[in-house]
Amino acid sequence: MATALRPARPTAGTPRRTGRGYSVDRPRRSPLLTVLTGIVLIYSLVPLVWLFVNSTKTQESLFNSFGLWFSGEFALWDNIATTLTYDGGVFVRWLGNTLLYVVVGAGGATLLAILGGYALAKFTFPGKRAVFAVVIGAVAVPGTALAVPTFLMFSQMGITNTPWSVIIPSLISPFGLYLMWTFAAEAIPTELMEAARVDGASEWRTFWQISLPLLAPGIVTVLLFTMVATWNNYFLPLIMLRDPDWYPLTLGLNAWNAQAATAGGEAIFHLVITASLLTILPLIAAFLLLQRYWQSGLAAGSVKE
Amino acid sequence: MTHSAPAAIREAAPAPPRRRARRSWTGWGFLAPFMAVFALVFLAPIAYSIYLSLFRNQLVGGNAFVGIENYQRTLADPVFWSALSRVAIFLAIQVPIMLGISLFVALAIDSGRLYGRNAFRITIFMPYAVPAVVAALMWGFMYGTRFGLIGNINEAFGVSVPNPLSPDFVLGAIGNIVTWEFVGYNMLIFYSALRVIPRTLYEAAEIDGAGQWRIIQAIKLPAIRGALVIATIFSIIGSFQLFNEPQILQSLAPNAITTNFTPNMLAYSLSFSGQQYNASATVAIIMGVITMVIAYAVQLRGMRKEV
Repeated sequence: MATALRPARPTAGTPRRTGRGYSVDRPRRSPLLTVLTGIVLIYSLVPLVWLFVNSTKTQESLFNSFGLWFSGEFALWDNIATTLTYDGGVFVRWLGNTLLYVVVGAGGATLLAILGGYALAKFTFPGKRAVFAVVIGAVAVPGTALAVPTFLMFSQMGITNTPWSVIIPSLISPFGLYLMWTFAAEAIPTELMEAARVDGASEWRTFWQISLPLLAPGIVTVLLFTMVATWNNYFLPLIMLRDPDWYPLTLGLNAWNAQAATAGGEAIFHLVITASLLTILPLIAAFLLLQRYWQSGLAAGSVKE
Repeated sequence: MTHSAPAAIREAAPAPPRRRARRSWTGWGFLAPFMAVFALVFLAPIAYSIYLSLFRNQLVGGNAFVGIENYQRTLADPVFWSALSRVAIFLAIQVPIMLGISLFVALAIDSGRLYGRNAFRITIFMPYAVPAVVAALMWGFMYGTRFGLIGNINEAFGVSVPNPLSPDFVLGAIGNIVTWEFVGYNMLIFYSALRVIPRTLYEAAEIDGAGQWRIIQAIKLPAIRGALVIATIFSIIGSFQLFNEPQILQSLAPNAITTNFTPNMLAYSLSFSGQQYNASATVAIIMGVITMVIAYAVQLRGMRKEV
């Protein structure tokens, strides 16, 4: 699947082989361990296979066929076409909303995290410890403690039921700040920054021309994780939005699913399933395409002691 | 929405730079944008939440200060306690299972003994990219006894596997969904930490005659203690915040999942169905305090072992 994937960190300096032909770097493969881990792999994969298989079925064969194999006519393309056009193409509208929230929200969150993480990693300034304590304390407060008062505050500001009510809270990613901070501490040699200053570069220029390029793997990692958080967000838009025209995909999917349970509502399970598939594909594609970058970013920047 | 808050940063804080950076206000220039938005969406709502929890909204006279009366009322409410004990049971069972599987997979991949380990790593991580809504919908369909996989199994083997969406089993059914979503994420956190361990340590241990188990116990587990503590704290926060999965499954299992199933759902229904914002804020504050206390205790315990 991914031959290009290499261990996140090079293991230079260790001998490649011992006399027996096996070493810490090249241990003997274990079929038993592979089978045991394979059980977890199958567990992770089955629901995704189920989703794909069932998105190829008509609503009818959905009900009377075995869940993990194809049945009846191959209806995937029909289903996709119906998903995109159902109810005046509302799915496309939700997709557009989600893209808006992701581009502005996750993009903004990444930008703020880069700047903030850089500051925490590379500068000492008055109040740094206090900032640290406040951020740590605040992230331990559960989502509900924030969601309800945030809703009331935004309601008084008159921005509930607008895209801003979803975008503004998405701009803060404590996890992104933390990743960026640890990553910047590792990736940018302080000597390099001082050299730039000696040469007369302003702080902004030093950041822009010296530091930013070095932060690239960390930025990709933070961007992917904030993207997932925004793309998959459900609780926040559920609270903030009333108008289906502003729904992201997650809220729309749930609305379609709930439709079957309401009186007189049309059951559209085949569309729920196909729309679910369309919702997860972009993120899975992003993770697969960028895996080399985000995995190295995570390894270098995350849980190091 | 859960599992994303680094509550234990202190544990894994980066080493201070070798050369002392200049102490000036320059850093604030870079940090200010983050802090401004942070104040708006974190600090202000927390302050407002505390304010709300100390008042009562009256038909006549508007807001009246009631002190700790809201807290007394919530703590005396059996609905709150049943929601809290439900997530406590969930936490005690689901989190160890999930982290155990994650740790096993991370160690297995790191050991280099798997055939095709890159495929394992990326595939097991994949569910993390799936929104909780989609995960809950998929599993909800599969749980169905009528046309889901459980129904298929019952038909094919002429057995009657118990309905996962019945009141007796629904908590386990939710636990399975959450486990599925986050095994890969935690695995990756552990795996990243394992990759940072210098390989030469293993060589030295092997020369000293240490087996694989010994290496895991004496080198690998101590080395990734920080990651274990962080993952545990994320998972605790996540469990106490449980909302998406049960809320979405509710339409499939209305008899098994009430609107007060978890504290988070209780707070949601208090404010958005009942307009009882003060009571809702009180529930949220109590849950915040409980979460912080437990997260702090876990962190202390994790650090004490390190000494």
